[in-house]
Amino acid sequence: MMVEKSALVIGGGIAGIQASLDLANRGLKTYLVEKSPSIGGRMAQLDKTFPTMDCSICILAPKMIECFRHPKIELLTYSEVKEVHGSAGDFTVKVVKKPRYVQADKCVGCGTCADHCPVELPNEFDSGMGVRKAIYIPFPQAVPRVYTVDKDNCLDCGLCNSVCNAKAVDLEQQPVELELHVGGIVVATGFDTYEPFRITSYGYGKYKNVVTAMQLERLLSASGPTGGRIMRPSDGRIPRTIAFLQCVGSRDQRFGYPYCSSICCKYAVKDAVLIKEHRPDSEVHIFYIDLRVFGKGFQEFANRAKKEYGVKFVRSSPGEIREDPETKDLTLWYEDTLARTVRSLKADLVVLSTALMPRSDSVELAKILGIDIDRFGFLVASDPVRHPVDTQVPGIVGCGYCLGPRTGDIPDSVMQAGAAAARLSEILMAESV
Amino acid sequence: MEEPRIGVFVCHCGINIGGVVNVPEVVEYAKTLPNVAWAEGNLYTCSEAGLSSIKDAIKKNGLNRVVVASCTPRTHEPLFRSTCEEAGLNKYLFEMANIREQCSWVHSHEPEAATVKAEDIVRMAVARARWLEPQDEPEVDVADSAMVIGGGISGLMAAVSLASQGFKVHLVEKEPQLGGITRRLGKIYPTLEDSSDIIDPVIKAATSNENIRIYTSATLKDISGYVGNFKAALKRGTEEVKLDVGTIVLASGALNYEPPKGSFQYGVLDRVVTQLQLEEMLTQGKLAEPERVLMIQCVGSRTGEVWTYELSDMTQSFAARLLSKILGAKKEEGWPYCSKICCMNAIKNAIRIKEQWPKAHVDILFSDLRTYKEYEDFYRKARALEVKFIRYIREIPPEITEAPDKKLKVTAYDTLAGVETEFLCDLVALSTPLCPSKEDVMLARMLKVPLGPDGFFMEAHPKLRPVDCQSDGIFIAGTACGPKDIPESIISAKAAAARASILMANKKLKTEALTADVNTDLCIGCGLCEELCPYGAHKIENGKSKTIAALCRGCGVCAADCPRRAITMRHYSDRQILAQVEAMMAQ
Repeated sequence: MMVEKSALVIGGGIAGIQASLDLANRGLKTYLVEKSPSIGGRMAQLDKTFPTMDCSICILAPKMIECFRHPKIELLTYSEVKEVHGSAGDFTVKVVKKPRYVQADKCVGCGTCADHCPVELPNEFDSGMGVRKAIYIPFPQAVPRVYTVDKDNCLDCGLCNSVCNAKAVDLEQQPVELELHVGGIVVATGFDTYEPFRITSYGYGKYKNVVTAMQLERLLSASGPTGGRIMRPSDGRIPRTIAFLQCVGSRDQRFGYPYCSSICCKYAVKDAVLIKEHRPDSEVHIFYIDLRVFGKGFQEFANRAKKEYGVKFVRSSPGEIREDPETKDLTLWYEDTLARTVRSLKADLVVLSTALMPRSDSVELAKILGIDIDRFGFLVASDPVRHPVDTQVPGIVGCGYCLGPRTGDIPDSVMQAGAAAARLSEILMAESV
Repeated sequence: MEEPRIGVFVCHCGINIGGVVNVPEVVEYAKTLPNVAWAEGNLYTCSEAGLSSIKDAIKKNGLNRVVVASCTPRTHEPLFRSTCEEAGLNKYLFEMANIREQCSWVHSHEPEAATVKAEDIVRMAVARARWLEPQDEPEVDVADSAMVIGGGISGLMAAVSLASQGFKVHLVEKEPQLGGITRRLGKIYPTLEDSSDIIDPVIKAATSNENIRIYTSATLKDISGYVGNFKAALKRGTEEVKLDVGTIVLASGALNYEPPKGSFQYGVLDRVVTQLQLEEMLTQGKLAEPERVLMIQCVGSRTGEVWTYELSDMTQSFAARLLSKILGAKKEEGWPYCSKICCMNAIKNAIRIKEQWPKAHVDILFSDLRTYKEYEDFYRKARALEVKFIRYIREIPPEITEAPDKKLKVTAYDTLAGVETEFLCDLVALSTPLCPSKEDVMLARMLKVPLGPDGFFMEAHPKLRPVDCQSDGIFIAGTACGPKDIPESIISAKAAAARASILMANKKLKTEALTADVNTDLCIGCGLCEELCPYGAHKIENGKSKTIAALCRGCGVCAADCPRRAITMRHYSDRQILAQVEAMMAQ
């Protein structure tokens, strides 16, 4: 049988980027489809990564550009997969390029349009902590560097159009449908983060100084909305006492998910150390059930967090957070299960280490691809032990967190991306050598 | 040499640099330096906009040298070099000045001094750039065959993946049998399948694949060569085998740690066994129905911790006793890391016992239960089967003594109940970690790859290159890089295969031009370079030194020590370095 020596990768986070690079370098023409305006995914949002403490975007950006320039990779950003037919070696895929209302070949990314746009909206990239305009790029290193009009929030005032020197704005742009022929498909759609509104005792959404860990990452990031200064949302004051609450929505059969999200203990320890590096006089408490700092170097890092940085670890799951209506300071009530006493802690800022969960559109995508998902919405491997990245459909493989919490962190995602590329190469490149 | 026309691009890096260093001032300063034909600031030079602006400036201003003042060459030099190449400039005509890690980050509280230092760094980079020369990168052929070291699940999986893509694979295993540590396991968590159902089909797939040659009972004697052209010498019995391969997959695995004699009474009382030994007893039917089995987690792992026990919260007499025990405890032998798989392994064996003998009690002493991912379900299953989990203090090892009726008495402090508890049990199983093998040191030396502080092989970058070694052409699969369970080992094996296949499929590879260059007129053939070179890149031939470019890593040891100054480093000539030094001194 003639097989298409090409592949489709769905999702442009670190897993999808690495899978695309491994496939393209192996000689396969690769289409990388990303539904948002830029590739980069979650890793682009993070401040620094353990253990090298490289700034996350700094090590990711060269890979994003490599994808963009690679002669064998075709980037289809702001695009969605609508239909998939066929079988391994011969898939037909229908992709819709959503209208950006900006012509990609004309936009020079100067940003004059955004400077003039009168609409300010919470920026999704900053987890709502910063603002963007209705014509925007999500972050400065976005790839491709093409502006996008958020039509739902656009006033149709036409200012962007009138100030654009390149004449790139086209508010009449229509969706474009493409048909691709590929031999194999990699699903790398990543995760959503749990929004803990249901856990009312923590007051998320009600108390301004209760934030999620993703929001904290943006506050820590030098390119974030506060320029890397950790400021309390209520009054901009620099918090002195900060509490991390672990397992918010994970290991939680009442409000969230029964699984362990695998990464929260590790990032909490990392963020705690970063906070201590920013301000050594701050006091950081991590409230945990089991401290799950497994994986290369993490236990040693957690030991350092305690010994060298003085991060405090409390084995407890706080029952309630109360807010002082005047100062917006927070009081946590908890049982220290090792000391076996009930205590309280006054904190300036509380960070909820929230669960990672499937993408909201995972059911829809699974239907399009004809693959199975589990009761939560994560991809099901055809054999979780022997074939951990294969789906039941030959020729469709997965990598990254869409495979569920068994993924874990960035290196796990990168390895899975390699494994996914290897699986497709085994099918599609068998005769090539 | 044509007159240098240097372009200088100073990056704000958002506020990383621009928030401290006065970038516009540095740009203006750069314009005053000799041979600088263009200078500009960029918000992010590494963004698509920044890179296009470099290319445009090269074309518009006829630049023939480029300096980017930004972050570290470790992450960004390849990107900027290829940008120069796209604009038709030899990539060695690029120089990077690090004004972030070496300036703005470390001088964030002294913006004015940092700006002066940034100017100094830029002046030095420009001075060197003036003397840069175009270089040709040596191209090497890559043999389309691989050697896989280790015949456990990872090595086998990597071999099968490569072979099914059409590459020839030589699989080397030191034991007479394939299968590694997986073979010793009875069941696999969390599916509780027989391990033989996992490993046997893979062994069959490997042995029946005509692209794979298997050498069991074989030891590696020597490895030489370089990416694309490795030469390995094996010994199998009396037979010597020589292999020429393009890439190497390192899948040498890990050992199961055995506690020293006397630790937890291991080796003293025969009913104290490791978890792996318990597993073998269960599989071979050598365990009689027990009344109670006690498992102790983190034996020989997570050593050197002082964790979170607030002794002040305990009653004074109790605290004093615990404290004296902590201080009295012998310095533990073992490893500081968490071995990741032991919690699930213990639960697996606990479930096996409970399913076989529902009346038996199983207690697990743990300090943090790390049933990550969906293994949380596995933990729940064990609790539903009434396996008891008791949180003990790692720093206070439980006391184990003999009791009547061939029982063992274990005394441990239960932190959640706040009491010391005694267990009378038939068997104590110690959950010991996976640990690196002593032979890894030899292997690392032979392959010229580093080991990490935990003793496992070290990856090229812990986040983004988790299966690449620091030496080109060598990839790591499975537990050789650190503890992993079977699915994780398989994933890393496939990933290593993917990376190796890319090199071999492309058949040719360009290597870094930064190599030693011998001036044979000056060389006296003393052989000092051959002796000193850590990579074996110098050979004395016909009384003169010769560099094997693909082996040379450009470290410069030879050039520094050559008594006749016959060796210069390409791309790091004395002239370039001295120009930099002079620029540093100049004001």
